[in-house]
Amino acid sequence: MAEVLKAPLVVEFPFTRSLGPVQSAFLTGLRERVVLGVRTGDGRVLVPPVEYDPVTAEELGDLVEVAPTGTVTTWAWNPAPRRGQPLTTPFAWVLVRLDGADTALLHALDAPGPAAVHTGMPVRIRWAGERTGAITDIACFEPYDGHRAEPTGHTGEFEDPVTGIVAAARLDYTYSPGRAQTAYINALSGRRTVGERCPSCRKVYVPPRGACPTCGVATSEQVEVGPRGTVTTFCIVNIKAKNLDIEVPYVYAHIALDGAGLALHGRIGGIPYDEVRMGLRVEPVWTADARYPDHYRPTGEPDADYDTYKELL
Amino acid sequence: MTSAPRDREIAVVAFAQTDHRRTSEELSEVEMLMPVLHEVLDSTGLKTADIGFTCSGSSDYLAGRAFSFTLALDGVGAWPPISESHVEMDGAWALYEAWTKLLTGDADTALVYSYGKSSPGSVRDVLTRQLDPYYVAPLWPDSVALAALQAQALIDAGDTDEPALAAVASRNREAATTNPHAQVSGTVPQGDHIVQPLRTGDCPPIGDGAAAVILAAGDRARDLCARPAWIRGIDHRIEAHGLGVRDLTDSPSTRLAAERAGAFERPVDTAELHAPFSSQEIVLRKALRLGEDVDVNPSGGALAANPIMAAGLIRIGEAAARIHRGRSDRALAHATSGPCLQQNLVAVLEGEPR
Ligand SMILES: [Zn+2]
Repeated sequence: MAEVLKAPLVVEFPFTRSLGPVQSAFLTGLRERVVLGVRTGDGRVLVPPVEYDPVTAEELGDLVEVAPTGTVTTWAWNPAPRRGQPLTTPFAWVLVRLDGADTALLHALDAPGPAAVHTGMPVRIRWAGERTGAITDIACFEPYDGHRAEPTGHTGEFEDPVTGIVAAARLDYTYSPGRAQTAYINALSGRRTVGERCPSCRKVYVPPRGACPTCGVATSEQVEVGPRGTVTTFCIVNIKAKNLDIEVPYVYAHIALDGAGLALHGRIGGIPYDEVRMGLRVEPVWTADARYPDHYRPTGEPDADYDTYKELL
Repeated sequence: MTSAPRDREIAVVAFAQTDHRRTSEELSEVEMLMPVLHEVLDSTGLKTADIGFTCSGSSDYLAGRAFSFTLALDGVGAWPPISESHVEMDGAWALYEAWTKLLTGDADTALVYSYGKSSPGSVRDVLTRQLDPYYVAPLWPDSVALAALQAQALIDAGDTDEPALAAVASRNREAATTNPHAQVSGTVPQGDHIVQPLRTGDCPPIGDGAAAVILAAGDRARDLCARPAWIRGIDHRIEAHGLGVRDLTDSPSTRLAAERAGAFERPVDTAELHAPFSSQEIVLRKALRLGEDVDVNPSGGALAANPIMAAGLIRIGEAAARIHRGRSDRALAHATSGPCLQQNLVAVLEGEPR
């Protein structure tokens, strides 16, 4: 069997998230170098603050300023920082209970090595130079056994509060389409269309996905189909797609290649758009170096009888 | 409702899993999944058309393949349309949904499956995307880092130390030598710290795999299986998502789920725990009050094979399979989801007296 195909795949997505009133105050506070917690019904101060009590689900809103100094409650030494993490040199992950808070905040601690870190050690916030209203406005924590700063009694009212964050995410993959689709793509590079036949119902799947969705069994017998086929149905596209250099209107069609058990789709060219019809016989047109047909054009054969493709609609 | 009503008993009647491997790049997800679907159907003699309800668990983020669960349905034979559902969770939660569906009487049989293909991506980074998007995810704390924070909390509390963690890892991998599906078994060096205090040996292998289970109700179960594994109770509970709000050395959600599933009513002889990190087994043993007389993870557990989204369902399957084989009379199965054992499911399974 030929080696399976592989290609890098990057999935990147910016999530734009709106903030509730408590989250907005907390993140705006970080921008202004003020740390806010929220007081629960039983008097505990949660930092980072949340909109609802994690135990009682009661809505919370009583903001309380806490100190930028605190104590490590647990830690873990990270010898090899990964992309996106707060520091690029080895650091400790820490949960820190800030002075005045009853719960702990997750962040990074900049320390020379694991021997310099222990649970119970005093630390303080190192602020980022540029702050936007995000958890990363705290650059990291740093060891600090000096004066414990007193909160100024901030009420959580700010000019120009942040109301949302944009959380960028990027994940890198090495994509492989698996056995069946690898064979399909390899055949296409030789300008052949190869599907797979279901051993149970005999239907030929193009492109093959490795299984027959009706029978739930693996397909493996490879069957070359086409190159000619029949237009089973179509639509006329009147809106120009971004980055697509095709004049509108054009026809996009379902095409049942000869021998295939279902239709694939492609653009129809070489004929005025208003002359395309169901039953039109077409063949693929390849452009140089293309990995799949650029479009399909009429063969000039008589139209196919409806009965020959009605099951493939 | 968390305990099975007496007039509607539901059992696991078949279980299958793939051999779990570091990579399965030659297989698409459906190609990886199909053999286990066929295995559970063949072992019960059921056809797709005989199945009353199908439920699956998976996550598109693992392989970076959008709507992969709809493609996986090809392996079931979902045309003409079947009664079907999906959870973006471990298959143990799909089994929970199927169990409730059978309880309603709408169906007498259910197919539950799940799969995870972690090899195309970087699973440590992928799992950061399930975290609180405001305060935590922007820091990209990976799954090992969060487990390491929990492990250090346990060490600080005097609940464990690095040699004890190594012993947990080695006992699981030793047990896995009799599990032909395991990805890692036998003597495995503890290795260096990945994130201190966790070493390579304390962490689960990263791999690809799938599992499937068939559930059946009442007499249907007796027809399909010589010794059905009856689900006496099943329950799942969740804790606050803020790590700094929780006591990481304890698992109150596991304890509550176990209580509601009836786990403490009588001792169990076997427990399959979904503890991807050695330190998490320490937490679970304490929460579940498992004594030395309980056979914990005879399969090798998640330290031997941890196909994400399937490893929890496999715990239920392994516990049931031991009952099928007559090796257990009352077993506990546990599944977890989220960082540091955030969400936990407990099922209690029993075989009829022999
Ligand atoms: Zn078929």
